[in-house]
Amino acid sequence: MTRTTKIVGVGAVLAILLVGIPALINISGRWDLYYTLTSVALLSIASGGVWLTFYIGRINIGQGAYALMGGYVSAILVVKYGVSFWLTLPIAGLFCGAVSVLIGIPILRLRGVYFAMITLVLTEVARLSMLALPITNGAKGITNIPLPGAVEVFGLTLIPDFATLSNAKPAFYYLSIVLMILCFAGLYRLVNSRLGKLCRSLQQNEELASSIGVNIAYLRVVAYVISSFLGGIGGATFAAISQSVYPSSFTIADSINFMLNCFLGGLGYVFGPMLGTLVLYFGWDLLFQTGEFQLLIFSTVLIALILALPNGLLSLRFSKAGKESVGRE
Amino acid sequence: MEQVLANGLYLGAQYALIALGLTLIFALMNVLNFAHGQLYVLGGFVTYTIYGQLEMPFVAALFAAAVTLALVGGLMERFLFRTVLKRSVREESTMLLAAGTAFFLDAIILLIFGEKQRGVPKIVDGVFNWDFRLIMPYDRILIGFLAIFAIAAFVLYMQYSKTGRALRALAQDRVAAQLMGVNVDRYSMIGFALGAMLAGVVGGLLVTITGVNSGIGGPISIKAFMMVMIGGAGVISGAIAGGFILGMLESVGLSVLHSYGDITYLMIFASLMVFLSIRPQGLMGKPWG
Repeated sequence: MTRTTKIVGVGAVLAILLVGIPALINISGRWDLYYTLTSVALLSIASGGVWLTFYIGRINIGQGAYALMGGYVSAILVVKYGVSFWLTLPIAGLFCGAVSVLIGIPILRLRGVYFAMITLVLTEVARLSMLALPITNGAKGITNIPLPGAVEVFGLTLIPDFATLSNAKPAFYYLSIVLMILCFAGLYRLVNSRLGKLCRSLQQNEELASSIGVNIAYLRVVAYVISSFLGGIGGATFAAISQSVYPSSFTIADSINFMLNCFLGGLGYVFGPMLGTLVLYFGWDLLFQTGEFQLLIFSTVLIALILALPNGLLSLRFSKAGKESVGRE
Repeated sequence: MEQVLANGLYLGAQYALIALGLTLIFALMNVLNFAHGQLYVLGGFVTYTIYGQLEMPFVAALFAAAVTLALVGGLMERFLFRTVLKRSVREESTMLLAAGTAFFLDAIILLIFGEKQRGVPKIVDGVFNWDFRLIMPYDRILIGFLAIFAIAAFVLYMQYSKTGRALRALAQDRVAAQLMGVNVDRYSMIGFALGAMLAGVVGGLLVTITGVNSGIGGPISIKAFMMVMIGGAGVISGAIAGGFILGMLESVGLSVLHSYGDITYLMIFASLMVFLSIRPQGLMGKPWG
């Protein structure tokens, strides 16, 4: 693919996401789609983080812990200390990143199933901690989180106060889509950088990478921190949208779903988690009409998909990068 | 204190039996079977149907649960896991399959047996009472001993039968086992069936005491993962040790930490994380299992 077609492609995708979809929703009047697409965007940010840990060869089932942590950090700062949401968003991400350094250094020495299972336990630890800690308000959770306020620079309103908008849904849609674009642009850049190549060497053989001078301990932690940062951002935004956060907001089921999103999209493709999230979330929603058979049909399709395409949906692709996946959104 | 220890032993015997099945499947195929808890639930419901509803003898119900689950396990291996293991580039793809299978079994169980909590009549009445220091209903004692008996039978089977030897060879080195003339496909299937059968037997045993409902599959799987991790993945003695350790921790934790609120599980999970970061392969596991 040449440089021009790439730029045109990216431009087209951005236009579809930022202009096309809102216009279509306005025409068709399906306002509920805003909420669905917002959720997909946020979940795919968290899944993108999980994907990065897959990229260094670790199965991460602990993203729910960081999403929950991010949600609580943002919620507590907003509700108890009156900090602006826009400030708490990076703080939540950085907090999760910092915590993941402490947790990551010991547990990243584990591999394979051991790492998978310890991260699974981590999700449960996070949920139980949020139940037990004094500041998190126990099982009742934190509710009535105010909507994000305005951002003004020298009297110029950059972002309007969400509470004054007649309908906050499109605003949240733009917020999460922009976050998602930033996240995946960052991931794409990362994967195609020197760091990305080093990560790939970790995925293939850590001992070999280490023997030719790759600082594997440092790299693993860097990848894990970025992953947890994304989890925290996703969780914090989710808490702001639903205006509440509970210990059960992100559970083991969510952690497993994040992992499934990556698997389904394909572990070898940056845009895999995005496509996987879209397909899983929409598939689940579409099957809602089937009532009690929802889970049965969903799981049957899932099993059939993995039997037919064990390497993910994007292994079906026809050209080089995963551009089609973004297009389909 | 005697009461706490006895409870721990009783729980531990059940847990060990669950963990044995999971660890067997993991050792043979390197598959983390997310659906293990669902297999347990299925065993419980089969026993409930035959013993509780059709009012046939308990032994027959238990036997039926074992056979059904062995069949389900064998089919899962033959038609799902074997295909994916052969085709996928990364063997982690089996985790997606296992999770999908867990959802599938959950859906089936929900559709067939409903969402109600089900219980069956006691198999023996009466309570063992030693001076009020140790109080234990007779059925719990019986189930505990049955579980220990099943563990012993399983260990002996793995140690001395031809199938057991083949399975252990397969767990040690797949290629070497194949070179020695072990039919890898056939014994993988048998191993998977055996693992599923163990889950079904515990489900059948425990339905007489705690009952069963369709939602407990997931939590049971997670507990089974923990036991396997404590002992070391893929090691039979480790799974037994892990089961008894978790049983004891729960029993002791619930009585000691009772006054601090509901933090037993938080403590168990947190200490497990610390333990594993110090000793990643668990108590008896091979490094990087």
